[in-house]
Amino acid sequence: MKAIKKTLLCTGIAAAMTVSAAQAAGISDDKVKIGVLADMGGVYADICGEGCVTAVQMAVEDFGGTVLGKPIEIVSADDQNKPDVGSSIVRKWIDNEQVDTVTGLVASSVTGAVAQVLTDAKKIALISTSASHAFTTKACSPYNVQWTYNVVALANGTVKPMVGAGKWRWFFITADYAFGHALESVATEVVNSSGGEVLGAVRAPLGTTDFSSYVLQAQSSGADVIALANAGTDFTNSLKTAAEFGLTQSAEVAGLLVFTSNAQALDPEIAGGMKLTTGFYWDMDEQTREWSKRFKERHGAIPAMGQAGAYSMTMHYLKAVEAAGTDDSDVVIRKMKEMKPDDFFARNATLRNDGRMVHDMYQVRIKRADERQNPDDIFAIENVISGEEAFGPMLAECDFK
Amino acid sequence: MATFLGINLFGLFGQLLVGLINGSFYALLSLGLAIIFGLLKIINFAQGAMYMLGAFAAWMALNYFGINYWAALILVPLVVGFAGVLVERFLLRPIAGEDHLYSLLLTFGIALVLQGLFTQIYGASGQPYSIPDALKGGTKLPFMYLPDYRAWIIVASVVVCSLTWYMIEKTRLGAYLRAGTENPAMLQAFGINVPLIVTLTFGFGVGLAGFAGVMAAPVYSVSPDMGSNMLIVVFAIVVIGGMGSIGGAILTGLGMGIIEGLTKYFYPEASTTVIFAVMVIVLLLKPAGLFGKEA
Repeated sequence: MKAIKKTLLCTGIAAAMTVSAAQAAGISDDKVKIGVLADMGGVYADICGEGCVTAVQMAVEDFGGTVLGKPIEIVSADDQNKPDVGSSIVRKWIDNEQVDTVTGLVASSVTGAVAQVLTDAKKIALISTSASHAFTTKACSPYNVQWTYNVVALANGTVKPMVGAGKWRWFFITADYAFGHALESVATEVVNSSGGEVLGAVRAPLGTTDFSSYVLQAQSSGADVIALANAGTDFTNSLKTAAEFGLTQSAEVAGLLVFTSNAQALDPEIAGGMKLTTGFYWDMDEQTREWSKRFKERHGAIPAMGQAGAYSMTMHYLKAVEAAGTDDSDVVIRKMKEMKPDDFFARNATLRNDGRMVHDMYQVRIKRADERQNPDDIFAIENVISGEEAFGPMLAECDFK
Repeated sequence: MATFLGINLFGLFGQLLVGLINGSFYALLSLGLAIIFGLLKIINFAQGAMYMLGAFAAWMALNYFGINYWAALILVPLVVGFAGVLVERFLLRPIAGEDHLYSLLLTFGIALVLQGLFTQIYGASGQPYSIPDALKGGTKLPFMYLPDYRAWIIVASVVVCSLTWYMIEKTRLGAYLRAGTENPAMLQAFGINVPLIVTLTFGFGVGLAGFAGVMAAPVYSVSPDMGSNMLIVVFAIVVIGGMGSIGGAILTGLGMGIIEGLTKYFYPEASTTVIFAVMVIVLLLKPAGLFGKEA
């Protein structure tokens, strides 16, 4: 009976969509299975982690739990921020567990390794939280989809307007690994092309506890802006020290990558007033509030931008599977790029051929203590940046049609 | 600006002072570890977790009970020390006769459990904790701006370290402690309750980590992994100073802070490795450490 049903379904879809006979149609293995790979207990656990799993679960439930009459399943695993751990999990998922796509994906180093495995297996990588822009530029692949933000959008969103406002001279405190270097180099380009000047940079090892030495060096550089090209606890530690040594009074301190949970971990007296760029803020309008409220009820905290992104991109993937009538990656990815993402997260959005989802980004300011109504009230949106402006043009060699 | 051989002297003084501040912090942290190892021969891998516990306890005291920084500075070490007493009495004592490896693995396990527990409850991003009002602001020195809180770290560390050193090396209680490690059976024969001394010493060493945690809360991120980041460096300091040498741990802590500070100035990329490079050199030349006694 099942077999007949499947055949009927396939024929129906084939007729409706005039898909060529050679193309795999229908749902493989009688289910659509989504893997969520994230850092579940390490430094990035708050910005994706279990929250990304919750977001993907919500997307599946909101979609109805089935697609084309087949159940949607979710598996999740902890990559421990280690590329080798992440890629062996994903290999196992593809080889033994019929996983169709992998989302979550936090540390850029893990994502780099995993995206390669997925491309080799012709499976789609739904990158929700990684910052590196390599996945849609020098390491681009027809199967990569990057949703929430990237270092280019952060630099364009935060650096450009500050240079424009007369903050010419910059100094970087950079996390000494791939992500920090990428962020610093992209931001440096933006500073130079906007007519500013980079006076210097200091590379602090990942996980540095005491930043006072770096803050002193930044202070003696005489720069107008001290840019923190780091993330997570490196960011909170460096900003705390900068404030303590009076750097926040003598110069402007710019956080290049700040998630809501990092901002919440700081005294509003220290962080208040800082401007930054984000791909999502929960308290933007009725739509974002409605979704975020449901998320908070389940997860216990407001959504970080990557978690909202994970929901949005999972939803878009499932819609594309439904519209394509198959979970075959080549067909689905084409469908995903044809359809316009449009939900509480993705505003004025398109998924470009290079896999970059281009959408509105937001310049926000961290609120001061007296402006905050409650502990979740942390950003004030100051400006909306259009996707084209934020993410820049697509590379010709990554134009996968 | 004064320069010497192309080096900005003012910048260098600033780095030296910052190094000294960090060093006094290291001294405070390694002190507890040195006491526990020196007197009890327990390699306490949970010391970093206890430091984290101290910082979180200060945060909880403020947010749940409205207890301010100064009161926390007294109360938290007692609470954390009491946690240490429980660990010693119920977990470490049953394996007291076994190889050192057992206590090492047990304390390592405790550290992982505590860190996991706090990540589960409070998340990995950390919690905000402000500098107390009395210590906000700073002093403008000719070569740098010295925040009051950093000056306070030096003062507190010097006071606590010297008191502890004096108590162990110069008082009757300290003599009992040292005798207890030399020959517990003999000391017991003199009518001294040796197991009690062991428990209290462990509690004291752990309490020092709690104290360091409160000191750290206003300046570093109060997060579950703050202890594991610190622990390895502190262990290296204790090894360089000579395992178990209390004076050695204090002096090495200060010295390493300065060496690290200079590395951050001249070649920041190596700042997390320099202490281990020193450790390797010291162990090659003096296997018992700078201040350790050869066995």
